[in-house]
Amino acid sequence: MTRFLRLLAVFLLFAAPLRAQEGFEAVVAGLAGGFAAQAEAVERLGALGDPRAVPILRALSEGRLQKSPEGALAIDGRDALTGAPAPTATEAIRINNRVRGALRGAFGRLELASASDAERAAAAAGLFRARSPENIQILEDALGREANPGVRATMERALAASRLAAPDAGVRRQGILMLGGTASPEARGLLLEARTASPDLAPEIDAAVAAIDQRLQLRRVAETAFQGLSLGSVLLLAALGLAVTFGVMGVINMAHGEMVMLGAYTTVVVQEAFRGIPWLFPWALPLSVPAAFLVTAAVGAGLERGLIRHLYGRPLETLLMTFGVGMILQQAVRLAFGAQNREVISPAWMQGVITLPGGVEVTQNRLWIIIFSLLVLGLTVAAIRFTRFGLEMRAVVQNRRIASTMGIRTGRVDAMTFAFGSGIAGMAGVALSQIDNVSPNLGTGYIIDSFMVVVFGGVGSLAGTMIGAFTLGLVNKLLEPWAGAVLAKIAVLVGIMLFIQRRPKGLFALKGRAAEQ
Amino acid sequence: MTARFQLSRRALLAGTAGALAMPAIRPAFAQGAPIKVGVLHSLSGTMAISETALRDTVLMMVENINAKGGLLGRKVEAVVVDPASNWPLFAEKARELLQVHKVDVTFGCWTSVSRKSVLPVFEELNGLLFYPVQYEGEEQSKNVFYTGAAPNQQAIPAVEYLMSEDGGGAKRIALLGTDYVYPRTTNRILRAFLNSKGIADADIMEEYTPFGHSDWQGIVSRVKRFAGEGKKTAIVSTINGDANVPFYRELGNQGIKAEDIPSVAFSVGEEELAGIDTKPLVGHLAAWNYFMSVPGAPNDEFKKMWHAYIKNDKRVTNDPMEATYTGFAMWAQAVTQAKTTAVDAVRTAMYGQKVMAPSGYEEQMWENHHLSKPVMIGEIQGDGQFNIVYKTPTAIKAENWSPFIPENASRRRG
Repeated sequence: MTRFLRLLAVFLLFAAPLRAQEGFEAVVAGLAGGFAAQAEAVERLGALGDPRAVPILRALSEGRLQKSPEGALAIDGRDALTGAPAPTATEAIRINNRVRGALRGAFGRLELASASDAERAAAAAGLFRARSPENIQILEDALGREANPGVRATMERALAASRLAAPDAGVRRQGILMLGGTASPEARGLLLEARTASPDLAPEIDAAVAAIDQRLQLRRVAETAFQGLSLGSVLLLAALGLAVTFGVMGVINMAHGEMVMLGAYTTVVVQEAFRGIPWLFPWALPLSVPAAFLVTAAVGAGLERGLIRHLYGRPLETLLMTFGVGMILQQAVRLAFGAQNREVISPAWMQGVITLPGGVEVTQNRLWIIIFSLLVLGLTVAAIRFTRFGLEMRAVVQNRRIASTMGIRTGRVDAMTFAFGSGIAGMAGVALSQIDNVSPNLGTGYIIDSFMVVVFGGVGSLAGTMIGAFTLGLVNKLLEPWAGAVLAKIAVLVGIMLFIQRRPKGLFALKGRAAEQ
Repeated sequence: MTARFQLSRRALLAGTAGALAMPAIRPAFAQGAPIKVGVLHSLSGTMAISETALRDTVLMMVENINAKGGLLGRKVEAVVVDPASNWPLFAEKARELLQVHKVDVTFGCWTSVSRKSVLPVFEELNGLLFYPVQYEGEEQSKNVFYTGAAPNQQAIPAVEYLMSEDGGGAKRIALLGTDYVYPRTTNRILRAFLNSKGIADADIMEEYTPFGHSDWQGIVSRVKRFAGEGKKTAIVSTINGDANVPFYRELGNQGIKAEDIPSVAFSVGEEELAGIDTKPLVGHLAAWNYFMSVPGAPNDEFKKMWHAYIKNDKRVTNDPMEATYTGFAMWAQAVTQAKTTAVDAVRTAMYGQKVMAPSGYEEQMWENHHLSKPVMIGEIQGDGQFNIVYKTPTAIKAENWSPFIPENASRRRG
């Protein structure tokens, strides 16, 4: 029996190219049909293994494949089969998810022998998802040739997944053992899927799933912690500027959120300005950081000199006035940029996930924002600790009159402090443009959170702001899976209320004379 | 200063009065006071993003009808008010429209909560409201004509599609929504529907977030985990407003491809996609009764009319705009047929009105105050438009009282 099959296989191997010659064009023609016909044609092209199919399928997946009313296929104005110039009256062929899934499997088969490591890895990943016992042989062959360890691992997983779909129980058992040795949630899903199909192997599958779960446990904890840190970093960024204007200067600055919003819009403007300059365009986002700082610092300085300084010592009026200024800024931006959200393009290095050692997956944009928030925090601390401006600022906060008799121009220091705090808010806006909508009411979403963090951490303490932000972020993310996003937020607010009852000055209360005022 | 003058000055400030005050050609109107059309859409606040386009659609229809000589030989005049995304203010502004301006008809509201807020006012003063947005059903007022979809014209066919072979054969559904009446009611109906299709509660995940939610990492990774239980999983999103943008960005960043976990959205249209790079989202779905990419002459005409009115070829059209257009055209037909704008006469004339909608289907107003509408499912494309992958062969009649809500059993018989 086996010998007969082997003979048959050899026969088919030789006969296949002959049949393929005439069959190829007929199969390709199916790509112009309905979605079901397309999916079938794609699968058959993958099975034929003719390399001529690759550019055609690539064009199909990218929406470049076109069909004429007669059903002739063309790519970029040339006939898909002959390469001759094609008539122009053609329409693009559209595909749906089913065809996309079939394409992934077909690419997997066709590109498993590609020269590029990335293409082979993508092909193996495609076969992992397409999983079919027909792929076992080609995957085994490919593994025999493969030298790159990363690609090998992907191929092994694809092979295991394909074995899981085999009719023979022994082969399936092999697949289960291999998948049980991984720490991949996808493998876990496949195993559970196979469990319903083959109840006879249920004990093996359960053992494999339990093994994977054990490995995933730590990773899940790490991922939740990362999400908490990420939320904390956003809170920290939003609150840092307020920690200066409200925490240090005592100005109840309701326009703080609008400073964040202005920073985000500066990012939009910088990006638009650089759009025409290709070599500079990837740097638009980093260059927006100083630009946003300068813009919002200038607005902050103007606000302080023009309005706020006349209201020192009158917190209620300051609150109302800054609230009004915030609304004016919002409406001004709405008039200048329109009520529609503006698109900020994420550079490639801020998209997608990276896998840390241990298989923990973190999204790049969130990772960069955590790093950025710590940088901004470091800069703020350094500016207050180690610069002359910081020294003068601390002096004025501690005792304005004595600072003044020492020759410090307190008015100028006030303006610079407020400008500094506003500038930090502007830099936060650049980061938030990557994760939130850039719209005129961007800031209103953050003003409450910012006050919450500053009050919780302890007014006037930067360390408190940092610890407060990360604590709130982590607590929120730990509660979220149980309580849901809405209840988690409410629970955090209630928690803060109770905490403030016990410790009205927050986590880090300032001691000494300044705190007594 | 009269209230009218104040109002037109406000409209001028908003930059819209140009079209109202000086039409290029002034057709001669017969004697008679103008017919007044109230426009009750938020022009500021969170909903302004969506509702401003509907205000413009009504103004476009008014301009068009005047260019053709008005209605019943009288000029049509729009009265625009701004309820500012503030739900109680909607009721006040509705009262103002009906009592101060004495409008003959009102086009307005987007969120269900705003509609619920104005409903008692329209019923008390016997006004007429055209509501143009898909919603959760469970309502039928003699003073409201609903030109958007009921759940059986959007939500249920979309989930059926996800469970079909073409849609990927989903066996596990994650219901994600914004926390208010529309998503909660829709998901209640969908859960009952899924149960009736043999999907157990363990295979349904339900999560709600506040308006404007931007931190989706936890929820998206929970969906990923939910999908890792060995059954094909799909997301059904009733997320509203601009929270969709960070949601889709998180889906893209976490590498959730539509081939693996497709998502279908009920409140994401061309307008909402305008603010994002849609390339990572290709293949995710939306269900509506109209897409801008619908082929055919009625839609070409609609798009041409819109671009000519708004003087910007880049502006998109969407489903609620189409529903506004259809509702307005139907109202104008009913008024012509009734030869009056009196609410009771127009209401009777509305039943059975048919309009060739931009969707390319003839839509009819039934006595349940809802339109028959086709259902379309589109896949997001790289250019922010939709590729229509499924549509019903005919327009479907609305079931505003869902059979999947047990309390409706007696109502449906009645």
